[in-house]
Amino acid sequence: MSDAGSLAVVAVLAVPVAGAALLAVLPDDRTTAWLNVLASLVTFAAALVLLVARPAPGAFLIVDDLNVVFIVLSTFIAFTTSVFSRSYIGHELETGRLTPAYLRFYHAMYQVLMFGMNLALLSNNLGLMWVAVELATLTTVLMVGIYRTEAALEAAWKYFLLGSVGIALALFGTILVYLAARTVVGEGLDAMAWSVLVQKAAGCDPALLNLAFLFLLLGYGTKVGLVPLHAWLPDAHAEGPTPISAVLSGLLLNVALFAILRFKSIMSANPEALAPGPLMVSLGLVSVVFAAFMLYRRQDIKRLFAYSSIEHMGIITFAFGMGGPLANFAGLLHMTLHSLTKSAIFFCVGHIAQVKGTQQMQEIRGLTVSHPILGWGLVLGVVAIAGLPPLGIFMTEFLIVTSTFARSPVLAIILGLGILVALGALLLRLNELAFGEPKGRSNPSRASFIPVGAHFALVLIAGIWLPPALVAWFQYVATLLSS
Amino acid sequence: MDRLALDVAHLCAGGLVLVSFMLLYQDRMTGLINTFALHALVVSFSVAWQAYIQLAPHLYITAAIALGVKAVVIPLALHRMVVRLGIHRTIEPVVGVGLTMLAGIGLVALAVMVMLPVTAQAGTLAREDLAFALSVILLGLLMMISRRNAVSQVIGFMSIENGLILAATGAKGMPLVVEISVAFSILVALIVIGVFLFRIRERFETVDVHLLHEHRGEQP
Repeated sequence: MSDAGSLAVVAVLAVPVAGAALLAVLPDDRTTAWLNVLASLVTFAAALVLLVARPAPGAFLIVDDLNVVFIVLSTFIAFTTSVFSRSYIGHELETGRLTPAYLRFYHAMYQVLMFGMNLALLSNNLGLMWVAVELATLTTVLMVGIYRTEAALEAAWKYFLLGSVGIALALFGTILVYLAARTVVGEGLDAMAWSVLVQKAAGCDPALLNLAFLFLLLGYGTKVGLVPLHAWLPDAHAEGPTPISAVLSGLLLNVALFAILRFKSIMSANPEALAPGPLMVSLGLVSVVFAAFMLYRRQDIKRLFAYSSIEHMGIITFAFGMGGPLANFAGLLHMTLHSLTKSAIFFCVGHIAQVKGTQQMQEIRGLTVSHPILGWGLVLGVVAIAGLPPLGIFMTEFLIVTSTFARSPVLAIILGLGILVALGALLLRLNELAFGEPKGRSNPSRASFIPVGAHFALVLIAGIWLPPALVAWFQYVATLLSS
Repeated sequence: MDRLALDVAHLCAGGLVLVSFMLLYQDRMTGLINTFALHALVVSFSVAWQAYIQLAPHLYITAAIALGVKAVVIPLALHRMVVRLGIHRTIEPVVGVGLTMLAGIGLVALAVMVMLPVTAQAGTLAREDLAFALSVILLGLLMMISRRNAVSQVIGFMSIENGLILAATGAKGMPLVVEISVAFSILVALIVIGVFLFRIRERFETVDVHLLHEHRGEQP
């Protein structure tokens, strides 16, 4: 059993690397898109094996109950995004926005990004995880700037500066954690291993841990897009290729949040250290309220959904900050459903921007009339992301608000208001985008609707009937997180 | 030996903070790049000294990389870049040198006040090194926000990286991270120089061409 597990871990990391190397040298643009899909599919299959067969934790890599959730979700969305990317990129090549040379670069970078994220999730070492997150950041910076327009370069530069400052703060925090652990665990690799740190955290110096957590929360929080540190996020989403927007919102934000969760569990294991919950709750709440109001003033369709991502990352951070089995369960489920829904929305938005030739919302009207499938896909997506029943996000938002009500009603009211304000903004925009007289340019779309359909089907099923096995699994992880 | 070892280590770390202050008030590109080379030189000597007193030979590699790449290759490349961009003679207005320096002093005080109390158990060497390292990081951040030019921002970021290296080597026995983080700082620097500056140069050119067209249009 464990042999299959070790093999799967190697595959999850090695397949993207091999894929990146191949895609960087192969010249033909038709086969490379398929190769990208194939590599992502194999990685996803290997991740599924990890569900049943787990290798023993090593000094550098670990598979445990928490990260296996993230890995399966990540590799699944990476796979569906690669399917979407194939049809999206085909159109970009025809219109000449991307040249074949840049396409080669794009595909190789896509696989390097997958490697970085998988490594960050699998690593059992603080330093290794930091390196992996930095690798993922750098590749996304390059991809955001790939169109080389002035706006794209501006966005990439902003993302690079803020992202690397965040990552620098996180490294300082990591060094402080090592210093705190060194006195208890001793020098060497063990003092940086999650599996050891969580057990020994009670003996670590609480003052050092507090300071470390502040740096880590600010550093990785920049990558999550929490509000005072979010400035890069809307630009990066709006100016890069849409598959990258989907991957950023659906996966990379989660990876950064995962890092914060790991450090939170170290903090919680030390009774004398600062409670990490209130910090996360306040950052999350500020993000929700700020993003909800900012949604009303957006002109660009990709920026609109980028702000919606800030709002949802706020909700998830809030839920994990509140802690307790119920809030953790809801946070975990909300994260999964948000990733699925938001990436599906970006799939639709990518095709919409291509058929309309613009991202400005004023010039997009009556989509359900001119492009029924795309239009109704967008309607379904916005209804889901706004948190209306019967889709899954309604249930998780309901769980988060009600479980908070029992413990601190004021926070629950603020959170509920934030969610309602965001709902108003999204429905307002949706009404203009999807209904009424069609306006502006409209090319026929040759989109592939399989990824969109697959994601929405999962979100709908989650809203109506959650498989008991999944509930039991997530509940188990939630109790682990809150212990 | 012990006393002297500590003193030299502190001298290096303190010197790094001083060079960080020098970076803050450079208003010419050439001067800025030369000061950054000095910054990298000090950090590489500091790392080498740590390798010597901690009996950790692998840190010599880190020191060598810092010396070779950050103190020689990158400054040379930046000099060429700046000449090619045609900004080597321009004077970059540094907003309120006095105010920036005061803010810098405040940040150093903050770093010392924050780090010294919490690192009581960490040992003398790590304690003061961390306080100095945090000062360098904060000064680098100050530089990044007080400058508008992309080259100065990159230099600010690389000075932050130097501060992080100082912190990582000060934490005795920290495994594998030094090598990896140095490798990454090189990667960052290469990407920054290779990709961004070239793209920004293209941007300047297109902007220039655009201005030229407008100018022509105005003349009868």
